[in-house]
Amino acid sequence: MRIYALHLAVVAALFAVQFALPAYHYGNVTRIMLYAVFAIGYNILFGYTGLLSLGHALFFAAGAYGAGLTAHWWSFGPVAALGAGVGAALLVSLVTGLIVYRTTGVAFLIVTLMLAQAAFLSTLYFNTVTLGDQGIVLSLPPVELFGAALHLADPAVKYNASLVAFAVALLLSLWLLRSPFGRVLIAIRENEARTRLLGYNTALYRFAALVISGTLSGLAGALYCLLFGYVGSSFASLQYSTLPLLWTLLGGTGVTLGPPLGTAITHYLIDISSGLTSSYMIIVGVALVAITLWFPEGLAGWFRRWRRVRS
Amino acid sequence: MTLLQTRNLTRQFGGIRAVNDVSFALERGEIRGVIGPNGAGKTTLVGMICGRVPPSAGTVEFDGANITRLQPWDRVARGIVYTFQITSVFKRLTCRDNVALAAQRRLTRTTGHRFALPQALLDAAVDEAMAAVGLTEETERIAGELPYGHQRLLEIAMGLALKPALLILDEPTQGLAPGDIAPFCDLIRRTAATTTILFIEHNLKVVLELADRVTVMDRGAILAEGTPAEIEQHPAVQQAYLGD
Repeated sequence: MRIYALHLAVVAALFAVQFALPAYHYGNVTRIMLYAVFAIGYNILFGYTGLLSLGHALFFAAGAYGAGLTAHWWSFGPVAALGAGVGAALLVSLVTGLIVYRTTGVAFLIVTLMLAQAAFLSTLYFNTVTLGDQGIVLSLPPVELFGAALHLADPAVKYNASLVAFAVALLLSLWLLRSPFGRVLIAIRENEARTRLLGYNTALYRFAALVISGTLSGLAGALYCLLFGYVGSSFASLQYSTLPLLWTLLGGTGVTLGPPLGTAITHYLIDISSGLTSSYMIIVGVALVAITLWFPEGLAGWFRRWRRVRS
Repeated sequence: MTLLQTRNLTRQFGGIRAVNDVSFALERGEIRGVIGPNGAGKTTLVGMICGRVPPSAGTVEFDGANITRLQPWDRVARGIVYTFQITSVFKRLTCRDNVALAAQRRLTRTTGHRFALPQALLDAAVDEAMAAVGLTEETERIAGELPYGHQRLLEIAMGLALKPALLILDEPTQGLAPGDIAPFCDLIRRTAATTTILFIEHNLKVVLELADRVTVMDRGAILAEGTPAEIEQHPAVQQAYLGD
């Protein structure tokens, strides 16, 4: 129960700080919470099941385009578009899961990379629909909730919508990974052959992990598109596949709070270093190398072990 | 009553027939030892029984049903449980998590709780299996930190938590300290009250003491079969295996 209290405290703290944050950081924290949903989704597959995907931009973009295209072409309202985005990500996850059903390790990495690149090129090729790398700028009607009209351009709406998604993703992943199902995912990461002989159809569990991971990533993409009113090809680019890997490695793969922590640190690292130099990726790169050298379990993983050793 | 029956079971690895046309029967409730020199095909034979190794030819029948084409996890559901020759517990997880993985597999199937198995039910099953192998004190420890002999016992506890109809042990006393062997034999005898046991063993003393019947394999085929007393006397066995 203490673990749930800790996670609820993080959510409560994020709710509370919105009344004290300066406008600039307010926007940053909004983005970080959205990206953290992506990172949490990614970590279900990478950190817990042990499958390294280099194609999660596919799911993020599926969510973003599912929401953006339906809102733009069919005038879906924000709520319906969100549903369409999550549904599109679910569908893409199911199809991807079937394609990669028997692959693990390097084969899994290559196939996911290839599928995501194919999707990226498709967003450019079908530019009459997607408007290619120029992208679609959305102007959405407000959402009616309890008699109030919530304008998506309002920073407070952005912040709290992101917070709700973050809380759902965080608590869902925590519950999932402490359930019997999550224990099997961890067992697959540790020793798949042994897990099979304990009576588990491990390929089916990997499939389920991929679908959950992809759908959560798609939720992040759909919300990102709706709250910032834009979707373009860059959402499907390789960068959006490598970012969640960096976030989870930095924060710690084996800990539920690791990916959000890594997301926040990466975001501010890029933010601060880009103010110092135009070649800021050098600073980010050095920091990442340093962290993987000295904190191989990520920052949250290191902190957890430090506490365990102390007690 | 026959629990397990293989018919003309064969496994070819390149030009080598690791198991050649083996028809082997196991009675319900017995303790069966399998002996034979290295490369006799013992591990390949049990591999085909538990589903790790697909056969090149022949069939496996368990409890009256043909299971030749079943996947290993489906065979576990029918009650065939295999423990490895080389200890392969989940070293980075606690003993509790190791045994819980086995226990929850059985409980989710028998109780219908799929996602939210009541914790008390799972804990009770884990505690029962850990008590059966005498590792109650170690339940919360990380498995990889246990001494080797205890890791072997943990492996048995994982098998017991599945409540198998047939428990297959591959070289269970390998690496055990001499003082641990007698308690281990007691554990197997207690387990045999509810489970049929098939074990591969190099320690001939353990086999002759523990087994109801012994199967001798050599070069992929069954050389002899009988009670421990018969096997000790068998001339071909003495020549091929005991080396006199």
